[in-house]
Amino acid sequence: MTTRITDIRTVVGQVPDPEIPVLTIADLGILRDVQVGADGCIEVTVTPTYSGCPAMDTIDRDIADACARHGWPKVTVHRALSPAWTTDWITDEGKRKLMEFGIAPPAPRRAPGGRPVPVSLSVPCTQCGSPDTREISRFGSTACKALYVCNCCLEPFDYFKAL
Amino acid sequence: MITQPALAGYALQLGDDALVMAQRLGEWVSRAPELEEDVALANIALDLLGQARALLAYAGEMEGHGRTEDDLAYFRDEREFTNLQIAELACGDFGEAIARQLAFSGYQFELYQRLQDSRDETLAAVAAKAVKEVAYHRDHATQWTLRLGDGTEESHRRMQAGLTRVWPYTDEMFRTDPLGQALAADGRAVDAAELRPAWAEYVTAVLREATLTWPETAAAPGGGRQGLHTEQLGHLLAEMQYLARCHPGARW
Repeated sequence: MTTRITDIRTVVGQVPDPEIPVLTIADLGILRDVQVGADGCIEVTVTPTYSGCPAMDTIDRDIADACARHGWPKVTVHRALSPAWTTDWITDEGKRKLMEFGIAPPAPRRAPGGRPVPVSLSVPCTQCGSPDTREISRFGSTACKALYVCNCCLEPFDYFKAL
Repeated sequence: MITQPALAGYALQLGDDALVMAQRLGEWVSRAPELEEDVALANIALDLLGQARALLAYAGEMEGHGRTEDDLAYFRDEREFTNLQIAELACGDFGEAIARQLAFSGYQFELYQRLQDSRDETLAAVAAKAVKEVAYHRDHATQWTLRLGDGTEESHRRMQAGLTRVWPYTDEMFRTDPLGQALAADGRAVDAAELRPAWAEYVTAVLREATLTWPETAAAPGGGRQGLHTEQLGHLLAEMQYLARCHPGARW
């Protein structure tokens, strides 16, 4: 049986992030590369969101498990720090899923083509959409999130902070 | 000539700074003035631990004796740690914690910002990743410094007392170290002395806005880079290394 590299990429890309399971690692932009070595071993390269991201070991295992389920038992997962991950690599689909899940997506850090970044005056509430929100804490339940609360509907919510 | 042992030593210095600081910050969990602050300080500790892991793993690799990041973290004694003394100081009150965060994250920010241009690919990659995290740490410390300094009479007094307690240990951050200097000449490291002006400019502006005064304290003797430490490091290591030494080979 020949396995096409695109199939492998799809399977690996669909591995969910353990902490925000609505996102796949492809949505999150942490999947760098998938190759098949001469010996048939799948070589996956991922990058951490934060240096101390505690989900990385789980992600490595989940990638290996997903491949094993598809009959590809030989997998090596490599870590690459450079270039450093940025929230700009979260796909548009990923940002949509975040919003739906109740996490406000990150503001862009760099506009494509070097155009000026549109300045976001506030983080809109994920519940009621009101722009009248305030930051409770710059650091939230995971390294990548900040805590916000809506002044309008009074609901607390997470913001995926721009990095 | 650049040798691998020099790179190992330099990575160990920066890794030890991050590791010891992470351990200290972890002590704040459940003791910070509010729940959000427990979470914030734990998050900062986690970032630092991640940086420490990358740096210690690289130090072990450059050293070439097969030591892993865990070997370096858990099986070295106090005199073998080369962290700056500011990282090991006991927690003190929240004013001291924020004073140290302002000083230390400000130092790390200037360091990593320059180190991301290192000719050494690993150091450059670690720094490019870390500088974005440390920018948040510095901002966190800045916001608290403003809030406490320009807050109530009591918060101002304690923030100023925290600065006075921590400031003697800031001088050591900017002392030229032979390892750093040699590697800097080759474009692989940053001479710590270069960081002082930018650091002082940033901190001065924050203190002024917070209505606080730059403490005129004498510099502590230092010596952390040579393995000389205050009595407080031993206590920290005892707690951090206890489990790994009692149960060699334990995995968690």
